[in-house]
Amino acid sequence: MNAVLVLEQFLNGVQFGVTLFLLAAGLTLVFGIMNLVNLAHGALYMVGAYVATSVFRWSESFLVAMVAALAASLVVGMIVEIVTLRTLYERDHLDQVLATFGLILVFNELVSIVWGRAALYANVPTFLAGHVSILPGVPYPTYRAFVIVIGLAVAILLHLLVGRTRLGMLIRAGASNRTMVAALGVNIRLLYTCVFGIGAGLAGLAGLMAGPIYAVQPGMGEQILIQVFVVIVVGGIGSIRGALVGALLVGMVDTLGRAFLRPMLSLMLSPSAADSAGPALASMLIYVLMAAVLFLRPQGLFPARG
Amino acid sequence: MARRLLVVLGFVGLGLVPLVAEALHQPFYIDLFRRIMIFAMAALSLDLILGYGGMVSFGHAAYLGIGAYAVGILAAHGIESGFIQWPLAMFASMLIALVIGAISLRTSGVYFIMITLAFSQMLYYLGISLETYGGDDGMPLRARSRFAGLVDLSDAHSFYYVVLGLLVLFLVVSHRLVNARFGMVIRAARSNEARAQAIGFAPFRYKLTAFVIAGSMCGLAGALLANQTEYLTPEFMHWTRSGEILFMVILGGIGTLVGSVAGAVVLLLLEQVLSSWTEHWQIVLGPILILVVLFARRGLVGLLPAEGRPRD
Repeated sequence: MNAVLVLEQFLNGVQFGVTLFLLAAGLTLVFGIMNLVNLAHGALYMVGAYVATSVFRWSESFLVAMVAALAASLVVGMIVEIVTLRTLYERDHLDQVLATFGLILVFNELVSIVWGRAALYANVPTFLAGHVSILPGVPYPTYRAFVIVIGLAVAILLHLLVGRTRLGMLIRAGASNRTMVAALGVNIRLLYTCVFGIGAGLAGLAGLMAGPIYAVQPGMGEQILIQVFVVIVVGGIGSIRGALVGALLVGMVDTLGRAFLRPMLSLMLSPSAADSAGPALASMLIYVLMAAVLFLRPQGLFPARG
Repeated sequence: MARRLLVVLGFVGLGLVPLVAEALHQPFYIDLFRRIMIFAMAALSLDLILGYGGMVSFGHAAYLGIGAYAVGILAAHGIESGFIQWPLAMFASMLIALVIGAISLRTSGVYFIMITLAFSQMLYYLGISLETYGGDDGMPLRARSRFAGLVDLSDAHSFYYVVLGLLVLFLVVSHRLVNARFGMVIRAARSNEARAQAIGFAPFRYKLTAFVIAGSMCGLAGALLANQTEYLTPEFMHWTRSGEILFMVILGGIGTLVGSVAGAVVLLLLEQVLSSWTEHWQIVLGPILILVVLFARRGLVGLLPAEGRPRD
């Protein structure tokens, strides 16, 4: 029984990890190539979640909701890139952080004007409701299993895209020397917008899948974005592989910490002390992980450059 | 001279606020400007490391929270003397800043931004999980700090002038600091760390010291904030608060010290006006922020004729 619980929490950790990965991959690509810190990345995740939830309610088709959410986050992302972010590429990180902070204020407020401040709860589509048995006699929610499968599939596709295709080659080249790539006749502007679009689409995908699991509300993007920062710092900025390893590590540590820290502490401390220290420590665990990684390897586990 | 005159006039203006508010029968303005000055202290302490050391700390609100919680927790246990509370608030923020700084200053650039943000978020969650001290909802401050009958903070005017006095003191100390040898080393490390190292300085130690000084200054602002609101909540440490403090510095003019005071005044007054118009005031503030960053990089101080200020 206990082993089943551990397995279930382990899978929850993987599920949270792949959600983090979808966001981290986009953010790390945008940073690695455009040298842009985009705090508003979480806003695209929020857009994905809201559009998916309301389109699903209206059309009752998960497929339609999925397409709408992906399209919406892609379009919103590209518009934001063209209107504001383009001018920021040459600026220092401080300017980028502040301007995208301004974007966050706008997006959160827009969402609360359109959908209200109260949290929405999305339903799991019927064909993904219920449970699957991952081992004989061990049920696991189908929807979470679906998220894991999609997340890992995207990770593999992204790996192939960056490593095996012409676009991926340009992306890698742009990350190591953008002036040279531009001099070789590549339309770097278009490349940037494409990469930003991919990142935005991935964020939207994360958002649409997160809808039925977490509450859909204004500010949901930043809550997860800060955890995504931890992922990127742990994994190494600009590296997709680092983002995957970092995301799984952070997802696992966070989920397992929340599930098992309190019972473990109650073996050593009094129940009331464990009750108050457990959740506090659990929510701090990923930051402790980050501090430890930085202390040992200031550039993260898989640094992309030098 | 014009610039210095303007600064003096500005502070005389701040000094007159309670009298004007009294004459207009609007005690609300005393409260508002006291709050503004407390945030000005926080912004000033950030400008010290941001403007002169190039350290983009996106987690400065953490020290506001630590200072406030130090006062609140001591008061909850019956220790109400400000002579104990305030130094302890500064000491606690100093220690935390030492730990955060020692880890995050090992990195630079974006990493530094993200790490300071993550650490402040960690403290925010710690605040939420402190069930004994109100947890998510926060808790009321039992009583404002007492100073053995010397000053009475429950008197709006005395409290106002205490805050004003501390703000001026902070400004003078910071001004002396950045123009002293210490400040020069920090600035040298910002413009070229390798060169500063080559001529025999250890930039890390100087930067860490500046980071710790800024943290403890902001901790005192936090202690004042707890007395101001008479309520403490983890929201003091929320990352949007850090963003706001950062914006005050940029709005006023980075690396100018007085600019951050001006930035705090303008931003908080703007928020006050906008929020009286509409509940969705952030939809106006967001674009203003973006426009300031894109087009008015030198801030309010940059609007004044540049004189006597070394361009860097």
